[in-house]
Amino acid sequence: MSISSADAWVAATAALCGVACGVPGVYLVLRRMSLLGDAISHAVLPGLAAAFILTGTRGLFPMLAGAMITGIATAAISSFISRHSKVPEDASLGVVFSSLFALGVIMITLAARDVDLDANCVLYGNIEFTPLDTVRLAGLALPRSFVTLACFASLNIALVSVFYKELKLVAFDGALATAMGFSAGIIHYALLCVVAATTVASFEAVGSVLVVAMLAAPGTAATLLSDKLSRILWIAALLAIAAAVGGYALAVVFNTPVAAVISVVLGAQVALAVIFSPRDGLVIQLWRQTSLKLRIREEDLLGRLYRRQEGRTEIEPPALRGLISWLAFRRLRRKGLLDAPGTGLTPAGSRAGDRLIGSHRLWEIFLNQRLGLPPDHVHDPSERMEHFISPAMEQELRAEFDGLKDPQGREIPQPERDRPAS
Amino acid sequence: MSDVFRLLTLQDANTRVVLLGVMLLGLASGVVGSFAVLRRRALVGDAVAHAALPGVCIAFMIIGDRNFIAFLIGALISGILAVVCITLLRRYTRVREDASIAVILTAFFGLGIALSRHIQQGGQYSGAGSRAGLDGFLLGKAASMVRQDVLAIALVALVVLLTVWVLYKELKLLCFDRAFAASLGRPVIGLDLLLMLLICLCTVIGLPAVGVVLMVSLLIVPGAAARFWTNRLSTMLVLGAAFGAFAGVLGAGVSAVAPRLSAGPLIALAAAAVFALSALLAPQSGFVWNSVRRRRLRSTTLVQNYLRALLELDEQRAAGVHSNAQLALKRAWSRVQLARAGRIASHAGWVAVSDAGATLTPAGQREAARVLRTHRLWELYLITHADVAPDHVDRDADALEHILSPEIVADLERRLIETGRLPALVPSPHPMGPTSAEAHA
Repeated sequence: MSISSADAWVAATAALCGVACGVPGVYLVLRRMSLLGDAISHAVLPGLAAAFILTGTRGLFPMLAGAMITGIATAAISSFISRHSKVPEDASLGVVFSSLFALGVIMITLAARDVDLDANCVLYGNIEFTPLDTVRLAGLALPRSFVTLACFASLNIALVSVFYKELKLVAFDGALATAMGFSAGIIHYALLCVVAATTVASFEAVGSVLVVAMLAAPGTAATLLSDKLSRILWIAALLAIAAAVGGYALAVVFNTPVAAVISVVLGAQVALAVIFSPRDGLVIQLWRQTSLKLRIREEDLLGRLYRRQEGRTEIEPPALRGLISWLAFRRLRRKGLLDAPGTGLTPAGSRAGDRLIGSHRLWEIFLNQRLGLPPDHVHDPSERMEHFISPAMEQELRAEFDGLKDPQGREIPQPERDRPAS
Repeated sequence: MSDVFRLLTLQDANTRVVLLGVMLLGLASGVVGSFAVLRRRALVGDAVAHAALPGVCIAFMIIGDRNFIAFLIGALISGILAVVCITLLRRYTRVREDASIAVILTAFFGLGIALSRHIQQGGQYSGAGSRAGLDGFLLGKAASMVRQDVLAIALVALVVLLTVWVLYKELKLLCFDRAFAASLGRPVIGLDLLLMLLICLCTVIGLPAVGVVLMVSLLIVPGAAARFWTNRLSTMLVLGAAFGAFAGVLGAGVSAVAPRLSAGPLIALAAAAVFALSALLAPQSGFVWNSVRRRRLRSTTLVQNYLRALLELDEQRAAGVHSNAQLALKRAWSRVQLARAGRIASHAGWVAVSDAGATLTPAGQREAARVLRTHRLWELYLITHADVAPDHVDRDADALEHILSPEIVADLERRLIETGRLPALVPSPHPMGPTSAEAHA
């Protein structure tokens, strides 16, 4: 497959659409308004139809104006309904956008008697034909959608960088923003204007499905990957570009609609972020859980052998079976804490046991003396807590309860460094 | 005209089938949608409607023919899959519900579009009906409904009504207090899933009739409209079902008369009209009555404050005529407000307004005394029972005195008598504000 200039134009247009939508989309995701993109992209239909009926052309500016008005009206009406009635927010948004869409469909059917409403065109646009419709700019024949989206992408980036602080404040704490003298309402509606305008501009080029996906998906994936707003914005823009280029390549290979494939790729990006995010992806969560489980099992095993060495078996040892136990056993041995037959502790193992059982018994004393738990109730909580007592905390407990015996009358094992040299 | 007549008398067998189908569809979606609105799952229906497309395409690719039942099963499976994805994302990751709906919706729908294009291009599927069959899912074709479709819709409606009838109490509890339902040992997760399944069923069965985009309208608009009329779940369900059925019949009926307009958008517009009328006119919480009530309360408050101010001026200075300038010192009233208050009060025979100012009539004095008494009783109550400092009560008392019912006033008096704190004249517990003379001095 060779890359023609037409391919490059289509991919570049899609990428610009991604940047233009993805950057303001981050704020929609953060403010839990992701579905607003969906709502606006459907609700602009009557605005587009009205602009077409009034002007008789499909020029960009009448269309933009019509769409902006209906887009903002959607948000304003639905927030009015949810604020002044018992209809929840999501339902009022759904009511408004579906009703407006229906109105738009009827208007188009009535007005354009000869033109059949091409649902496919509305839904997934015709980005494939981008290179065919060109404008001359500075002596170059550039695709019209490319120029429009380039304008919007740079406009949105400029707005976000100029009003970065204000947008950030409103996104994370609207009440604080209002208290500090920024009007959260004005910023909210400015964001809506930007989203509505971008939606319309992209709508024509790439169709509504991709606009909705570009508004919601890159921001969602980026918020999974970082907690820092500036980084989230960068990641969202890069993900959107990657999805546009990658999706276009896949669409060419499989000969399928570009916009549809890009939105599938965007969904896949979110899925990958959910699974592999280094911060709290499913894989890393599973890894953290497993390693914690392994450490606890190791320490339980150590404690059991220590108590056996001590000659005390009255405490029922935890059940040690299964893969985790086997791994724990192997790791103890590799650390040199187990003796050769695996039934006793090496001197190093005893020292580790001193620390562990010491923490356990100190915690028992604490529970008994400070929290007033009866002596026969302190073992189980201590069994859980012993794994999480840090050295600093252990020091403090030792200093506090120096020389005492635990509630069952056992000695507190001293760590190596405190013992007199023998 | 004859078309309308034929429609109204249901002479056309095909029209009868279509109308019955959309009526049952509206009824079932109205009931399920009411629950969806209350449980804040309104846009799940939107996601399901979009996510059904890949299922339909895959069913088509497997069967290789237009088969209604196979389409429905495919749509149901991929719709449920989407709901499961949304639920899992919300539960196990930091992705919020709105974002997960948007992402899942577009990803599934994109996949569906890609598959449908694949089907249209593939030679092995180039049957004449294939393209129309899939395209019909986007905007719906209620007019092409046949007996078999209506039977399927009736079955779904029956399932919905039976489920709601059997599990009414559980679903009610789930919608209004999920935590309480869980603490009673009700299987809330199972109930939630059941509700989602019902949403999926209704959405999928309605897709061929009203289409992907507008199914959400039929699902949630009747329920949302019903919310304005009542606070009782049973009434809301009945109303939602009625609104849904009405919107369905009206939309499909208009479409039958004017076949160029497809039924889906007309049904959605009919539902929107019902919603708009409910939102404006419903007596409980419609916007019109609400604003009338608010206006009334505002003018009552204005007049009561006006009378109280006049009486307080009588108390502090001498009984007689008080000018607007003196009144304006008691409270931040605009000239227009004072004129309005004077107009209403003199209309009620409480004050006599002259160019020099206003003076209380005997009836006005009684009314003003009643208002003042309520105000001071409430102040005393706040001081004695709510531990509010004496210099903080005036404004709190001010906000509430207008809406205290006679029963509450009687109760306040009783309590204050019990504690021996009811003074005969109920003097003000705090020093009165400066009179105009002091303020000018």
